[in-house]
Amino acid sequence: MLSFRKGLKDGVPIALGYISVAFAFGMLAVEKGLPLWSPVLLSVTNFTGTGQFAGIDLIRSGAGLWEVCFTLLIINIRYILLSLSLSQKLSPEITFGQRLLIAFGNTDEVFGISIQKTEPLTMRYMMGIILCSYTGWNVGTVLGVLMSSALPVMVRTALGIALYAMFIAIIVPPARDSKPITKVILLSVLISCLLTFVPVLSKIGGGWRIIICGVISAALAAFLFPLDIKDDAAENKEAAK
Amino acid sequence: MSTARILIIILVMTLCTYLPRALPLALFRKKIKSRYISSLLCYLPYGILAAMVFPSIFSSTASLISSIAGTLVALVLAWHRKSLLVVSVSACAAVFVVERLLDFLHIL
Repeated sequence: MLSFRKGLKDGVPIALGYISVAFAFGMLAVEKGLPLWSPVLLSVTNFTGTGQFAGIDLIRSGAGLWEVCFTLLIINIRYILLSLSLSQKLSPEITFGQRLLIAFGNTDEVFGISIQKTEPLTMRYMMGIILCSYTGWNVGTVLGVLMSSALPVMVRTALGIALYAMFIAIIVPPARDSKPITKVILLSVLISCLLTFVPVLSKIGGGWRIIICGVISAALAAFLFPLDIKDDAAENKEAAK
Repeated sequence: MSTARILIIILVMTLCTYLPRALPLALFRKKIKSRYISSLLCYLPYGILAAMVFPSIFSSTASLISSIAGTLVALVLAWHRKSLLVVSVSACAAVFVVERLLDFLHIL
């Protein structure tokens, strides 16, 4: 059984990465002239990276509500896939209300770590990992707002890679064990690079890019290397090896 | 910019972040039976996480060279199944060291 403690422990690397990213967010918001309370309120209510960074400019430029809505939905559309994927891993005894609570904390990083568990995800575990990351995110924001220039630039730029490195640590070991997963990753990276560097394609926003890469690579792999259906998704992962 | 206006924008942002996260979790409460769809959902996280990392990781630090160094360190350590924290901290350390080196050589 995945415990609350285990969740807290798994949340520590996320929280450390979040402190630095949220620090940058809080600092940038203040530098761009937003009132001090607004980045903190954004972090407490939104709990998302890219969307909040975009929000700084939206607030500053006095964007219309539809523009805010549209921009945020495009950035956040990937969450539909993350939550769909997570819905298949949650323990059956988790109630509807608890699912709505877990949804609030289903960030890229929380998803990335919880999805690699082989056991069904319990409510206690999810609360542990979410509480830990949420704390890191908000502490980071407050620190960024309060002491914009206290952290030397050289340390800040080095922290920029922290969350990406964590994702690498999440996807590489399973890729080592499963050829189909390796192919999914390589194909996704290839498409992602095409969508970033080919002139016309690069107009596609980041939110869509991630969706397109994820869906094409996973759909193709599901077609070429379908897994045996078992009750537990974890066993599917075994079967992929 | 009035306080009320900022509050309304933050409210809209909150909804547009929460709803995409909540709807699938609220609607898909049963295990999906289709072999194809459940395979797709099993592969999806890897496709999505890979696209989030590459190529964005190469612009996550102060220079391309330091980000390549950090990426290589992360890949090698992840290959050897080191923990998330070890991989993450080592990549940051590699970036820091390489950037100081570049600084010293006046490349940065």
